[in-house]
Amino acid sequence: MSSRTYAYLSNYAVYSAMAVFTVAFIAYSMEMAFSVKNVEGQKKTDFDFARTENSGRLGSLMTLLAFLLLTGGVAFRALSAHRVPWGNMYEFSITGAWALSGGFLFGIIKYRLRWLGVPVTFVSLLTLGTAVTVLYRPSAPLVPALKSTWLAIHVSAAIISGGVFLLANAVAGTYLILDTIESKGPRPAWAAKIPSLEALDQLSYRLVAFVFPLWTFAVIAGAIWAESAWGRYWGWDPKETWAFITWVAYAAYLHARVTIGWRGRRAAWLCLFAGSTFLFNYVYVNIWGTGRHTYSGL
Amino acid sequence: MSATSELETRGLLRWMWRQLTSMRIALILLLTLGLAAIPGSIFPQRSQNPMKVQEFFTNNPQLAVWMDRVKLFDVYSSPWFSAVYLLLFISLIGCVLPRTLQHLKALRSKPPLTPKFLDRMEFYTPVADSKAKSLDIAEAWLKKRKFRVRRDADSISAEKGYLRETGNLLFHLSLILILVAVGVGALYGSKGEAILNVGERFINTPTSYDNLSFGKFQSEGSLVPFSLAIADFQAKYDPATNAPTDYLLKVNLANPVGSKEVTKTIKVNSPLTLGSTKIYLQANGYSPIVTVRDRNGKLIFQGAVPFLPQDGNLTSSGAIKIPDMTPQVGFVSTFLPTADRTASRGAFSSYPEVLDPRLLFSAWKGNLGLDSGVPQSVYRINTSKMVRIGLKALELGQSYDFGTGTITFDGWKSWVNLQIVDDPGKMYALLGALLAILGLISSLFTRQRRIWVKQGDGIELAGLAKNALPGVKQEIEELAKELKG
Ligand code: HEM
Repeated sequence: MSSRTYAYLSNYAVYSAMAVFTVAFIAYSMEMAFSVKNVEGQKKTDFDFARTENSGRLGSLMTLLAFLLLTGGVAFRALSAHRVPWGNMYEFSITGAWALSGGFLFGIIKYRLRWLGVPVTFVSLLTLGTAVTVLYRPSAPLVPALKSTWLAIHVSAAIISGGVFLLANAVAGTYLILDTIESKGPRPAWAAKIPSLEALDQLSYRLVAFVFPLWTFAVIAGAIWAESAWGRYWGWDPKETWAFITWVAYAAYLHARVTIGWRGRRAAWLCLFAGSTFLFNYVYVNIWGTGRHTYSGL
Repeated sequence: MSATSELETRGLLRWMWRQLTSMRIALILLLTLGLAAIPGSIFPQRSQNPMKVQEFFTNNPQLAVWMDRVKLFDVYSSPWFSAVYLLLFISLIGCVLPRTLQHLKALRSKPPLTPKFLDRMEFYTPVADSKAKSLDIAEAWLKKRKFRVRRDADSISAEKGYLRETGNLLFHLSLILILVAVGVGALYGSKGEAILNVGERFINTPTSYDNLSFGKFQSEGSLVPFSLAIADFQAKYDPATNAPTDYLLKVNLANPVGSKEVTKTIKVNSPLTLGSTKIYLQANGYSPIVTVRDRNGKLIFQGAVPFLPQDGNLTSSGAIKIPDMTPQVGFVSTFLPTADRTASRGAFSSYPEVLDPRLLFSAWKGNLGLDSGVPQSVYRINTSKMVRIGLKALELGQSYDFGTGTITFDGWKSWVNLQIVDDPGKMYALLGALLAILGLISSLFTRQRRIWVKQGDGIELAGLAKNALPGVKQEIEELAKELKG
């Protein structure tokens, strides 16, 4: 097949994935909404998961399908351009959505994370929507500075770390919301399936502790690449600076947790702060930044 | 100083040291380091983009002077940034060294005594009707699982996962190694650039560089004594997007100067390495070749003049200066590798390769100002003391008569910008980085835990999981099953 055919296939796959994510989003929303039932004659609400179980399952099935489609979207993009599919913001974004949904699927199996379905499918849709409308670039070869094995290693490690950081943020955010609600009264019905506050607190820590070495590795791989391309391994370019800030912020989070014993709200806020430095780097530095990393094609 | 005040001073110092090496301060310093790095990503930095700093000064002169005073244009070498990371590393050393000693001791000694009351510990599990010789069975069971075991008369204290603390210490110590390596690179390294036309030769001495900066302890004599001739340079472009797809530079290298030459290839992501010195292909462009003769046909100047690329299609601008004529002559020029023209844009280049070159210029006569003492850009002409005498676009081979002589557009060459960097600390930084990751992985993924077995009326078990990784519960359940009669 020609490059052109692959490029079209990639686009179709991404658009189909968006459609399927929409179905998943609706299914997950229905699972939440309809598990609440009004008990006849009484004022209080009750919930019944049995009758929405299928809706939740459908959501996960659709997420799996969307993930497979995205896998195709990313792979076809690579085939059409004859290179790793991480040359511009469009490609970072579709790969980011791929990593996020992949991480989420893993979470469903390993940690019963299905309750995160609504926010995760929503964020995936948002990422893909921005990618195909604002960030889209036709498939093209890389400029010479991007032709490096280290690029592939660096970017894939960074994207996976980013996906997991996002997930940890979603968990920490959920913690804060539920904590506020629970301090005023019992949990509402829609949140009944979400794990306990303690479990959420643990989960966000575990996610961060799990990817922090990978993020460290991503930063180091970036430095090795910069050394071979630009003659210095570290130059405080805005993108490098923010990668460093993210790293330091998560190191502070781990310290606060492991050595000072922060738990709960304070730890969750610190986790959100660290995660937002990653997002800031992704959005701000890619789009408005002026450093040497501006290959975004914008 | 009186005895009491000396005591007070010592007490104060000790108090300060304890504070500095406390976890709370380490946390604050870490967060401060992150915050302190932010301004450098917002304001232009001299070390990266001096032109942008200049621009900032022009646009906001008063603000800029004030900002410069607090080093906002040199954030990463500023006293306040340095203070934060130095304090952090002092704290780190103060924290990690004692812990290393403690850990080395712990590695050689037995696990600590079994606590008196196990029922207050986590995972407390009494085992009813246990087997006889339960302690022996438990000891064998724990040893088989590579626990470090302390056997006392009626109890066992076992511990496993020392690798966690080892990894943690390795990680923190590696951070120190990285900092030292960065310092060595800055103090003993050098970094410079040179623009060379294809065919030219570079000899690695300070005068050959267009700019060169040395670390504090690096001397000129320590430059690697090589010479290098630019044999060939090829740039490939994608015809669909005009974007570059590949650069290939061939050089003839003699190291040391005068030895037999070998041909080497340099590409954007693969520099030429000579020990701790590396030679990078940093940028490239075109140098139009011109010949200038006076009215009698005498050769005044002939050569390739490097021009600076202005856009993706390598529209290049530069200056051809002829100081050896009276009056002096200068050409403010633009080189178009593939000339095109539209009514709205005028002349421009439509492709970065040389397919249909043009040399456009305005000719000036008067004083070039080369001896005014003010350093001048080789790409620009200060025309304030000159008058314009003509405007012309030349095709390849064409000449132009500017009155006192002629200029001929003979051809073009490519130039390359080589960056030559000597960083003797680099390998240590890499080593530090790798060890840091190794340490981090073993620290975050090793489960460190203690298990206690106590023989009283019956057998009691309990445990302690150090970093909340799961698994101790199962282990204790398994052991309990093993001991059940
Ligand atoms: C350059 C600054 C530092 C960085 C980037 C850093 C980073 C980290 C990270 C990522 C961890 C978590 C890994 C793990 O749990 O093993 C950690 C743990 C730890 N850090 Fe640091 N650290 C720094 C400075 C310090 C300082 C100054 C101290 C002492 C005051 C310190 C003491 C500790 C201790 C005791 C732990 C282990 C806690 C445990 O696992 O029980 N660190 N550090």
